[in-house]
Amino acid sequence: MEYVLGLADDALVTAQRMGWWISRAPELEEDVALANIGLDQLGQARSLLQHAGALEGDGRTEDDLAYWRDDRDFRCVHLVERPQTDFGVAMARLLILSAYQNELYAALLGSTDGVLSGVAGKAVKEVAYHLDHAHHWVVRLGDGTPESHARMQAALDAEWPFVEELFTPADPALVASGVAADPTALRGAVLDRIAKVVAEATLTLPEVAPRLGGGREGRHTEQLGYLLAEMQHLARSHPGARW
Amino acid sequence: MAQVYGNDFGTPDQQPGRPQMPPGPADLDPETFVELLADEDRVEPRDDMPAAYRKTLVRQIAQHAHSEIIGMQPEGNWISRAPSLKRKAILMAKVQDEAGHGLYLYSAAETLGVDRADLIDQLHSGRQKYSSIFNYPTLTWADVGAIGWLVDGAAITNQVPLCRCSYGPYSRAMVRVCKEESFHQRQGFEILWTLSHGSPAQRAMAQDAVDRYWWPSLMMFGPPDDDSPNSAQSMAWGIKRFSNDDLRQRFVDMTVPQSEALGLTLPDPEIRWNDERGHYDFGTIDFTELFEVVKGNGPCNAERMAHKVKAHEDGAWVREAAAAYAAKHAVAEGAA
Ligand SMILES: [Fe+2]
Ligand SMILES: [Fe+2]
Repeated sequence: MEYVLGLADDALVTAQRMGWWISRAPELEEDVALANIGLDQLGQARSLLQHAGALEGDGRTEDDLAYWRDDRDFRCVHLVERPQTDFGVAMARLLILSAYQNELYAALLGSTDGVLSGVAGKAVKEVAYHLDHAHHWVVRLGDGTPESHARMQAALDAEWPFVEELFTPADPALVASGVAADPTALRGAVLDRIAKVVAEATLTLPEVAPRLGGGREGRHTEQLGYLLAEMQHLARSHPGARW
Repeated sequence: MAQVYGNDFGTPDQQPGRPQMPPGPADLDPETFVELLADEDRVEPRDDMPAAYRKTLVRQIAQHAHSEIIGMQPEGNWISRAPSLKRKAILMAKVQDEAGHGLYLYSAAETLGVDRADLIDQLHSGRQKYSSIFNYPTLTWADVGAIGWLVDGAAITNQVPLCRCSYGPYSRAMVRVCKEESFHQRQGFEILWTLSHGSPAQRAMAQDAVDRYWWPSLMMFGPPDDDSPNSAQSMAWGIKRFSNDDLRQRFVDMTVPQSEALGLTLPDPEIRWNDERGHYDFGTIDFTELFEVVKGNGPCNAERMAHKVKAHEDGAWVREAAAAYAAKHAVAEGAA
């Protein structure tokens, strides 16, 4: 269940951050595209949360898990938690996340957990589009104007310390039984994919030390608490209500 | 002056005599044009049309597009706090639809020889308007339901006839938009239905939202007919098919039975069925509030514009980069 929650929470928190962009994007077409990406991530999160609830077997629904867990019980990585109110940051992060999710879901196609492989089958096509979109923008911003080049490089530098946490090892038993995709095995392909885009964008791969993570064990950034407070407030104000 | 999006409302500096649009292929004289319309019923971008027809259309379509875009904000305000994941998904998709409506409409306007960037400039500088309904705040989750049910409902009432308006690209855009708006209206109704059948606090939330959005929704149709100078010309040109008051009545007739189904009270003690007229009677609308909002003194006028302008300015470096990249690579390809 913890493993599935990790995937679900990455997607849910990403959807929450993407939702902020709708009505704030640089152009109207981008409002539509970012909403699409947010909707895909939200859809993945819902399927995964339903599955996590079923695995747990206590009858918790997707909404119970999204709205009634505290931040120490979330399993997302720090990469997705922080605000992303700069378009360059949003695209740098999307590039990293979608390159990772692309490899992840491709590997999960062969999961021995039938539900996971089913979710992966749909998600792998969606994140391929997200990766395409991020690629498109990172290249345009990197190879655009001197200002956009500098801003895109700064955004990449800011996100880079959070990349390594994506490859935190999963429960060895789950990997051995073929349920989980081994995150450490995804690392090479993910970094390779990102490096190609960065080169095409005339940017440089940052050389910065990775930050200590801990998201998969429930040790989060300070920002996650605010995100959840906003997301959960209304639902928690009306215990037991249907919406 | 009228207030629904998809309805024409003028501002002082857009009155005839201030050219702001390139002349069309030919400025057809208005009388011949009205005769032609009677035969043809549809005007296409390459057809001859009177300059004033073109100008009226550009203003109306642009204002309609701006309304779709500004309309993303009040509901977007609740995306982060939607009380269930299913509602969050529906709301994100709805606000996304509104962006799509804006896109179709700006494209329809562009067939008349203007460009989107220019229209957006006019919005930002206050020379073009958007529907005043979006200058009201969304204070609770129930407001998302009330906007879907009443505001999208009023928009549909106004826009369904525009599916047959005389200008081809506008009418075709309206066909697509109306399909989606009717989903939005149903979703809004469903939000309110769930609330009105929920806890006492949810029910109170729903009633409060309807209390606040009812009168502003009626004002979306604009001033009474005898106070609506542009309407007659627009009707002759087939840009408008029904008068403000006719549309408003149609909306009331549709909405009153729905409010009964919801078990919510519309905040007008004078609403009652009139057998003789075959319509619901309703109370007198206090338009002074509408005029205040139009003047810029509504609860959120300043915030809506500030939000829009900030997003545009914050995105300038991105648009410039995209243009620079395209230019660079067009040159590179040309050279290859
Ligand atoms: Fe719309
Ligand atoms: Fe709508």
